Amino acid sequence: MHMADALLSPAVGATFWLASGATLAWSARQVRKDEREYLVPLMGVLGAFVFAAMMINFTIPGTGSSGHLGGGLLLSILLGPSAAFMVMASVLTVQALFFADGGILALGANLFNLGLCTCFVAYPLVYRPLLARAGAAPSTRRMSLMAVLAAVIGLQLGALGVVAQTQLSGISSLPLSTFLLLMQPMHLAIGLVEGLATAALIVFVRQARPDLLALPSAAYQTASARRVFPGRLMATLGAVALVTAGSLSWFASSQPDGLEWSIARTTRQAGLESPQSGLHAKLSEVQKSLSLLADYKFDLAAKPATPALAPALGQATPEAAWPAVDASTSLAGVIGGAATLALVLALGFVLRRKGSSAV
Amino acid sequence: MSQPVVALRGLSYAYPDGQQALRGVSFAIGAGESVGLIGSNGAGKSTLLLHLNGVLKPAAGEVLIHDLPVMAANLAEVRQRVGLVFQDPDDQLFMPTVQDDVAFGPLNMGLPLDDVQARVAQALATVGVSHLAARAPYRLSGGEKRLVAIAGVLAMSPSILVLDEPSAGLDPAARRRLIQLLSGIKHTRLIATHDLDLVLDLCTRVLVMREGAIAADASPEVIFADAELLARCHLEMPLSLQRRT
Amino acid sequence: MSRLHAALQDFDALDALAARPTALSRLDPRVKILATLGFILTVVSFDRYTVAALLPLALFPLLMAALGDMTLRSIGRTVLLASPFAVMVGMFNPWLDQRPLLSLLGYPITGGWVSFTSILIRFGLTVAAGLVLVASTGLPQICAGLERLGVPQVFTTQLLLLHRYALVLAHEASRMSLAHELRANGKAMPLAVYGPLLGHLLLRALQRAQRIHQAMLSRGFDGQLRHRPSLRWQRADTLFLALCGMGFALARQVDLAHLMGQLVLGWLR
Repeated sequence: MHMADALLSPAVGATFWLASGATLAWSARQVRKDEREYLVPLMGVLGAFVFAAMMINFTIPGTGSSGHLGGGLLLSILLGPSAAFMVMASVLTVQALFFADGGILALGANLFNLGLCTCFVAYPLVYRPLLARAGAAPSTRRMSLMAVLAAVIGLQLGALGVVAQTQLSGISSLPLSTFLLLMQPMHLAIGLVEGLATAALIVFVRQARPDLLALPSAAYQTASARRVFPGRLMATLGAVALVTAGSLSWFASSQPDGLEWSIARTTRQAGLESPQSGLHAKLSEVQKSLSLLADYKFDLAAKPATPALAPALGQATPEAAWPAVDASTSLAGVIGGAATLALVLALGFVLRRKGSSAV
Repeated sequence: MSQPVVALRGLSYAYPDGQQALRGVSFAIGAGESVGLIGSNGAGKSTLLLHLNGVLKPAAGEVLIHDLPVMAANLAEVRQRVGLVFQDPDDQLFMPTVQDDVAFGPLNMGLPLDDVQARVAQALATVGVSHLAARAPYRLSGGEKRLVAIAGVLAMSPSILVLDEPSAGLDPAARRRLIQLLSGIKHTRLIATHDLDLVLDLCTRVLVMREGAIAADASPEVIFADAELLARCHLEMPLSLQRRT
Repeated sequence: MSRLHAALQDFDALDALAARPTALSRLDPRVKILATLGFILTVVSFDRYTVAALLPLALFPLLMAALGDMTLRSIGRTVLLASPFAVMVGMFNPWLDQRPLLSLLGYPITGGWVSFTSILIRFGLTVAAGLVLVASTGLPQICAGLERLGVPQVFTTQLLLLHRYALVLAHEASRMSLAHELRANGKAMPLAVYGPLLGHLLLRALQRAQRIHQAMLSRGFDGQLRHRPSLRWQRADTLFLALCGMGFALARQVDLAHLMGQLVLGWLR
């Protein structure tokens, strides 16, 4: 799943951009230092391959649903971690720009989830050690097992990344537990698919043209085996993570939760029970009937009020029917929004006609 | 011949899987000659061409370009003198625009930017595709791609032009345009091709390859009159000659 | 299979749009990149319950599309077909957040619906901005701008190569996929076929990479990339960037829609 701009806050988006950008710069240095000049055309074409391969689906045996290749693990096996990371970055860039699959601000986050977690974690920490222990020519089943394990772990980490980024941004209301419950099992299935597809490809190429597998990649892999955990890179990433976590948690603790704060501001009361009439009653009924959501219902009254807001809250008022909202304020907002939209669209059409007549 | 510009002596090469591709190939080409290289698929034509500019290294024998042996120390100069046009222009046009691609060679030669731009303009004009300068390669037709590929090689001012299947996949008009272009330039030419009529139009000498060795080396008239040779090499007479008889 | 075709057509269409000379294509790509980034940052910096204040920002992609001579339809279709992840996650908001936030003509509107609408608007704006950037500038120019902004050349070169060969390989994949479909008798592709099919594609890709490398060597490539795109920053670029910056700041600080609404209401009374 690709993270979108619409769910991101500037702080989270920028942080992950920095982290991914630093990793990309470091990877670029590694690739440049490599004397084999066939690496650049190889990376370009393999990126195009992953891009093309993503469009072909196969059926997962026994389930009837379909899946396709993600690419991170395959690229790492063929190119080594740094080059694979760069290729993933370019694939994600093309997806973001041309297909709006993931946003531009979210590119950093997506590269972290789908690139870093596969190329710099799943591959060197799971796949390669297993491969080293598997001997000279591991069987198809053994390779599938290794690939599935590595892919599942990589994708689980990536899914965790998406959840963390969404939670930290605070635009979506999904509580952590629900989100995790949705994402992790889904990515378990996707990881299985990824591992099977990767193993199928590697086995095929190994049988047909082992020299193509051995040529640039093998030598590059062993040479860079020691480079994967450079002290400086990990220290940088660790510092970035600490600063992010620290600043965001400071923000969270010193200010009330965004939701409560917004409500307190607009309604001049806080923490209201939802009125048991009309639309809301119906919604509550439906919600309760969805047993899953009932357990994880977002309930402001049940949630402990943050220290800053507690004095202002006092007691929740259960019998309030409508919130005491300034009606003209909301009306002005809505009318203004509609008027702005109309004006903007009109301007757009006018300018378009002007532009095309000038050309 | 006075001073061969291309000389091969006992060239031998084997594929990675062990199959022998070239078995002791020897011949020489003089300045300004236009030579056709014909043979069935798998005879070793493309493999041979890749030795001429040092992309492949022979297991035995040597290649001399203007008396310069093709080896690691001379590669830059050899690759400037020998312009190789590949079979699939998509493999050769890898830059974002036509003019970027034609500039690739001169830039690698370390020339200053004005020089590069002048060469690009000249090459595009020679080939007749100046109007395509800002176009992206995948927006070109097959014939246009082929011409741009040739322009990219001409921009390096080679003395020897080597072409691998230049008319493959071209429609008749594009093919005719290619033949006109190639007949107009003065470089030494070596053209590997299945297009026997093109050989008739352009070449004064024909090398026939069979199973990695040179089976015959003579003028087109002699080669195409030798029915037994053609049959042995899985070839036949050019279509235009067939219709006449 | 049809998804592949549609995707390839969109890919192609965006490149075709970018190839035309328009007022927008004369701007330095760095300006367009920075303006788009600034725009997206402005959009996502709003509070989660903002709806009306976001709308004036729609002027930016509309303006860019107008200057770039693009039809709303060409951009709009891809916006609608874009990855629905944000929408799928945002859809939970109305279920989970039921605190009434405002009342419109006597009907209460919960915070959940407000934040969901906000997500939809953010989604539309950010996606549109990205598409307009590509359609107006094209990837080669974007890469030139990125290089001058400090992105490593190894990356932009490789990105351009991907772009160059993506269509070539995708068409190969599409042909192989079609060939399978025609003999598959309606059944979907099992893993036993997928492996060799994609495997052949991968093999051909590796061989193609080898040939491209040989073609690069044949024209003197020694590992160093010498292609240096030249960009010129002109006064119009500074002006454009300054205007955008001021516009974003204004829209961020002042709720323009609210102002307009108050004006309208005041005029109506």
